[in-house]
Amino acid sequence: MIFKRNFMIPILWCMLALSMPLSLSASPQIQTWQTANGAKVLFVPAPEIPMVDVRVVFDAGSARDGDKAGVTSFTNSLLSQGAGDWNAQQIAERLERVGANLELGSLRDMAWVSLRTLTEPAAMETALQTMAVVMARPVFAAEDVERERQSILASLLQDEQSPKSVAQKDLYHQVFGQHPYAEDPKGTRESVTRLQREDLISTHRRLYVAQNAIVAIVGAVERKQAEAIAEQITEGLPAGEHAPPLPDVPSLEQASEIKLAFPSTQAHLYIGQPGMKRGDEDYFPLYVGNHVLGGSGLVSLLSKEVREKRGLSYSVYSYFLPMRQTGIFMVGLQTKNAQANEALQVVNQTLRRFVEEGPTEDELKAAKQNITGGFPLRIASNSKIIEYLAVIGFYDLPLDYLATFSDKVEAVTSEQVRDAFQRRVHPDRMVTVLLGRLDQ
Amino acid sequence: MNRITNILAMVLCLAVTSGSAAVLEHRLDNGMKVIVKQDRRAPIVVSQVWYKVGSSYEYGGLTGISHVLEHMMFKGTEKHPPGEFSRIIAANGGDENAFTGRDYTAYFQTLAKDRLPVAFELEADRMRNLLLLDEEFQKEVEVVKEERRMRTEDNPNSLTYEQFNTIAYEASPYRIPVIGWMSDLDALQVEDLRDWYRKWYAPNNATLVVVGDVDPQEVVKLAERYFGPLQPERVAQPKPRQEPLQRGMKQINVKAPARQPYLIMGYKTPVIGEADIEWEPYALELLAYVLDGGDSARLAQNLIRGSQVAADADADYSAFSRLPGMLLLDAVPTPGKSIEDLQVELKAQIIRLQEEPVGQEELERVRNQIIASKVYEKDSVFYQAMLIGQLETVGLDWRLADEYVEHLKQVTPEQIQQVARKYLVDDRLSVAVLDPLPLEGKTAHRQVPAGVRHDF
Repeated sequence: MIFKRNFMIPILWCMLALSMPLSLSASPQIQTWQTANGAKVLFVPAPEIPMVDVRVVFDAGSARDGDKAGVTSFTNSLLSQGAGDWNAQQIAERLERVGANLELGSLRDMAWVSLRTLTEPAAMETALQTMAVVMARPVFAAEDVERERQSILASLLQDEQSPKSVAQKDLYHQVFGQHPYAEDPKGTRESVTRLQREDLISTHRRLYVAQNAIVAIVGAVERKQAEAIAEQITEGLPAGEHAPPLPDVPSLEQASEIKLAFPSTQAHLYIGQPGMKRGDEDYFPLYVGNHVLGGSGLVSLLSKEVREKRGLSYSVYSYFLPMRQTGIFMVGLQTKNAQANEALQVVNQTLRRFVEEGPTEDELKAAKQNITGGFPLRIASNSKIIEYLAVIGFYDLPLDYLATFSDKVEAVTSEQVRDAFQRRVHPDRMVTVLLGRLDQ
Repeated sequence: MNRITNILAMVLCLAVTSGSAAVLEHRLDNGMKVIVKQDRRAPIVVSQVWYKVGSSYEYGGLTGISHVLEHMMFKGTEKHPPGEFSRIIAANGGDENAFTGRDYTAYFQTLAKDRLPVAFELEADRMRNLLLLDEEFQKEVEVVKEERRMRTEDNPNSLTYEQFNTIAYEASPYRIPVIGWMSDLDALQVEDLRDWYRKWYAPNNATLVVVGDVDPQEVVKLAERYFGPLQPERVAQPKPRQEPLQRGMKQINVKAPARQPYLIMGYKTPVIGEADIEWEPYALELLAYVLDGGDSARLAQNLIRGSQVAADADADYSAFSRLPGMLLLDAVPTPGKSIEDLQVELKAQIIRLQEEPVGQEELERVRNQIIASKVYEKDSVFYQAMLIGQLETVGLDWRLADEYVEHLKQVTPEQIQQVARKYLVDDRLSVAVLDPLPLEGKTAHRQVPAGVRHDF
């Protein structure tokens, strides 16, 4: 907060986080158990700082919207706007009086409620009690629903003035077609306008249940305390049922190119297709291969070709976003309108060549060194560890996933990368979205 | 409530003293300051080199040069050709980046703890031996222009903020955008960069901050070895460029393609180091928290909920900058509400701060949040290093990062009221309003069959 509005310019725009692996050299010992009503718990003790992070992840992202686009995100954002006997102001005051931070969020797969609190007993008790009520007993008062609706509509309007948002929303529509991943998690202005209070109540009743929840805990508490915390925050949730499996994501049949007119000085270029799932059998070759192609910042092939050699773009990257079902694989950049065609050609050539030839031995070695050498960095804070716990729990990854990650990366060969890219990435069947001034 | 505050304060004292005890400060013979903070939670280390130069050191015609130079710092020395810096750090499993602000340019690497010499060797080399090849410059300045287009030209709220600074500040170099004006980037020459580099990139204008699982004495020895041999430079103090007294409210309207209007209001305020009255910057910090220190604070309570005029509303003030800045309010109206509605409500909040002292309970809540956030900040070695580097580079003492909370705790409700009356007045106010132009043609799109290429 002290340095809240410092205008700083990092030279890299970090898309890496999206494709960051779960990685470790000396991995933390993950303890796991179930709460009485069936929520899975993952816990790592971290005694050094007198604080604890608690994150509850629900299988309640927009993939569960059905024909009511935006309903899961709307539901999530209302949890802290009134719950139990408290209104929004009272909830915020309870938390902030003890220095606790509560955050809500919702994407395509997951919706979550996260708490960070001091472990000082009175503070922690107030914070946990508030979190439990927020998850289990939101009120969805009509007035709060209307206010939150306006806030979401405002956010959707902000998206409409961002070239990146407009282009990426379109890319998702083209890549995922009729699949629930196609729609933006917030929904559309039309769909959000139509949603009713009853839709939110039934969404909450259906999805915010123990069997559909993962609890992750990291902090200065003992195992027994962690068990008590997990019980306390979930005991108000009915056992319920896990959300049903999501449909498969179909592959693209043919290439398509979408042009969007937008009054921007830059053209935005996104190329995408369905990529891979969490736990995918090709996960490691695709992950390591993409690190070479466009996942390692300034030293990636795309960055070398587009930025370092030609000065065409500030930010150029590629990533796989592994999800419950097949998530997106995407290449993105922006460049001034007049250079859009040149940039598109360079990207296409680089992508095609990489799919045909795979990485050189030197490139593969450099990628492995970066990934494995950087393991200690990935788990260097409680906030990073809890992210990993939530992902491991949510996607049912094995508990030794972190411990074995380095070895699996080391084992990848250039032939495996080439083979996996040839089977999984299809430059002649991808969606290309170009947004900008069409007259330039 | 008081009980909780006291307990929190104790927790904080423990955390802070245990942290401070392990900080080592040392100055090399060539004038470079080295600050090492031990934090053994994870086997990693962050190394940051901070230079006292940024956009507030720049002048007309050369705006953006500090930031372009930051980009060029990755473009080679005699020993390490262009791009090799990043390749070596990557091969050692490191994260690296750099950033430029108004008051500083900083470079950092985060690495496994045993790799610190790798970072020192490379940083020391580029502190004095940068090549600044014209060919590399010609490409990189184009990258920076793309960055400007992305961050500013095509972002209506950023564009509004950039224009806002040009009317708010007259002589103060805080009017200069960090990224620079496009025409200045167009006209920039590699010779300009060579001069700028020579002027500011020297050990006696730099602070090295290291935080992590290291032995501070060993780090100092390592710093002596790599940075010790570097020659110092005569570094001139930047000119004062003092902002003249503002003589009345200023306003600008910015027209740009957008869907929603946007409002920025800024009141000129003092900062630590420059303020005549020592407690005033701390009172202003607390005032900003009272308005926007969380979801229970006044802007959320009264503008986002309450009257519901704002979809988003923020208050910002930083006591830690080299030159005096502003207390900023910015807001986006709820669909159907106007900029005028927002202004009326924001003014009402200011009048309330001037007319009635902040209640004890409200103030306790703010203090507890600040105390807790000091504990939470220990979760990130990077952030701890940031605080130290930033304070040192704007001319303050790094210990202020820890003393800050004590200063805030001593601020009284009456002092907040006094700074509100003294500084949040129309004669110190600048206002910028974004007037949206249509985003015409946005949805016109067509599908093109495979294999057919259209000009774009």
